[in-house]
Amino acid sequence: MNRERMIWTGLLVVAGLWLLGRALWVGNGVVYVQDLGDVTVSSDAWEAVTETARPSIFRTAGLWLAALFTLAIFSFLYRDNPFYKIAEAVVVGVSAAYWMVVGVWATMVPNLFGKLFPATIKAWAMPGLSPVRDPFSWLYLVPLVLGILLMMRLAPKGQWLARWPLAFIIGTTAGIRLVGFIHADFLSQINSTVLPLVAMESGRFDLAGTLGNLIVVIGVFACLTYFFFSIEHKGVVGGVSRLGIWFLMITFGAAFGYTVMGRIALLAIRLEFLFDDWLWLIDPTGARPPM
Amino acid sequence: MLEYVARLDRRWIFLMMLLAVAIPILFQLRFPETPTPLAKAVFDAVENLPPGSKVLLAFDYDPASEGELGPMATAFVLHCAKKGHKMYFIALWPVGPQMIDDQIRKVIKTDFPNLVYGEDYVNLGFKPGNEGVIKVIVTDLRQLYTTDDKGVNIDKIPMMQGIRSVQDFDLVINVSAGYPGTKEWVQYAATPYGIPVVGGCTGVQAPLLYPYIPDQLPGLLGAIKGAAEYEKLVVDRYDLADVGRYLEGLRRMGPQLVAHMLMIFLIIAGNVIYFAQRRQERYRP
Repeated sequence: MNRERMIWTGLLVVAGLWLLGRALWVGNGVVYVQDLGDVTVSSDAWEAVTETARPSIFRTAGLWLAALFTLAIFSFLYRDNPFYKIAEAVVVGVSAAYWMVVGVWATMVPNLFGKLFPATIKAWAMPGLSPVRDPFSWLYLVPLVLGILLMMRLAPKGQWLARWPLAFIIGTTAGIRLVGFIHADFLSQINSTVLPLVAMESGRFDLAGTLGNLIVVIGVFACLTYFFFSIEHKGVVGGVSRLGIWFLMITFGAAFGYTVMGRIALLAIRLEFLFDDWLWLIDPTGARPPM
Repeated sequence: MLEYVARLDRRWIFLMMLLAVAIPILFQLRFPETPTPLAKAVFDAVENLPPGSKVLLAFDYDPASEGELGPMATAFVLHCAKKGHKMYFIALWPVGPQMIDDQIRKVIKTDFPNLVYGEDYVNLGFKPGNEGVIKVIVTDLRQLYTTDDKGVNIDKIPMMQGIRSVQDFDLVINVSAGYPGTKEWVQYAATPYGIPVVGGCTGVQAPLLYPYIPDQLPGLLGAIKGAAEYEKLVVDRYDLADVGRYLEGLRRMGPQLVAHMLMIFLIIAGNVIYFAQRRQERYRP
């Protein structure tokens, strides 16, 4: 056993013993539930003190699994390892299965079979569905046929048939998005950029508003110049173009800063989960009686 | 020394970042938060509606972004419940209904047990189709939403009476983790039909959505910072500053501050080392 492996084994054994001791003496990582008639709802340790809640073995196991998988994913930061591989494989497998189930129950059953055979679907899976068939429900045969054609991609022969539904999907999506972008992004953004260069507030000169408007107008103009390649970027055009680069760099910097903030928030929530829900080292929401 | 620091194993940086985030959480550090005009605009959009207004809450996020968006979703539901608005929940993300259930359990069932499902709030669940769903329901909601998330026919839900399309709502609140999200609500609801939309989004999206402010999007909560600001406005207005579960956003700004300080230090240190190395190389015989 090399030195590094010995250190890691020692650290894992110490951490495991500490965890075991804490679980035995403090009882951390237990999830409580309350039975309300025929439903079981999540509860907290306060309710357990008054004996209205009981520990749930399955939810407790779920919480411990979540904690151990979180640590397994974090372990990748040190080095790729079997724990990380297992956690990664579980995430991929569960996600794929979840998407498949959602695809069947949220798309195919209500939006296709529910329209074609409403009475059957109502009796079988969706009691709230109206059993009355729409007079134009036969139109849903079109997406049914297109769906079958799309599946032909998996067939050994006739894969070219899948191009028709794909063409339909690309065409309709492009059409829908084009209209949205032209209206909301192109025309409305032009409208929002045409601003007074001298802003007035209640009949008085507004310095902050004027500066803001100037930055917007100059920024848009400079950035557009940078992307205008029909004229060589030298002289005045080159200067304005370089100003455009500055505006773009500031934009990228702001985007990067926001991205960092998002990633730190994600790390914070995982650590909060480990310290609060699992290890009971902190209790910011007052979910447990004091130890 | 310079050589050693320049070749420092990146895992030391990971460890420093872990400590920078973990220590403020363990010591529960909190810093004062001052709401910006954007957060105030979102707050005013909800606050200025008369009680009983119909608010559509579109929760388009999943567990991967729950840490960033959960606090603002909680604050939105709390604010609407406190104001007595009718809440209509929908989701364009497949796991959105679970996020909705989570907020209903956390806020409504815990602190507003008097609110009745179907009369004060309803969960219409997830619909596949991305922006296609928005495009349909802005003119005909019932074409896609025939039942609620539990399978109850919407004609039997009292608060759905008189709701024909999204245009019948007084406000749309969108919590967005990506596509489809706030951008699509602006493109297909706010811009063409003038439907008032406010939102909260992840940090990655925020710079892409700012150009819509204020004409197409009156207010926007950008990432956990926006959530903390909005949270402060809500808890101050309704005197809830000591209720821990409504202070998640404010709590998570503690690690943000320390981690950002570390990042600034690392960026400066990296540049200093780079220029010092260049200087050394220039004067090397």
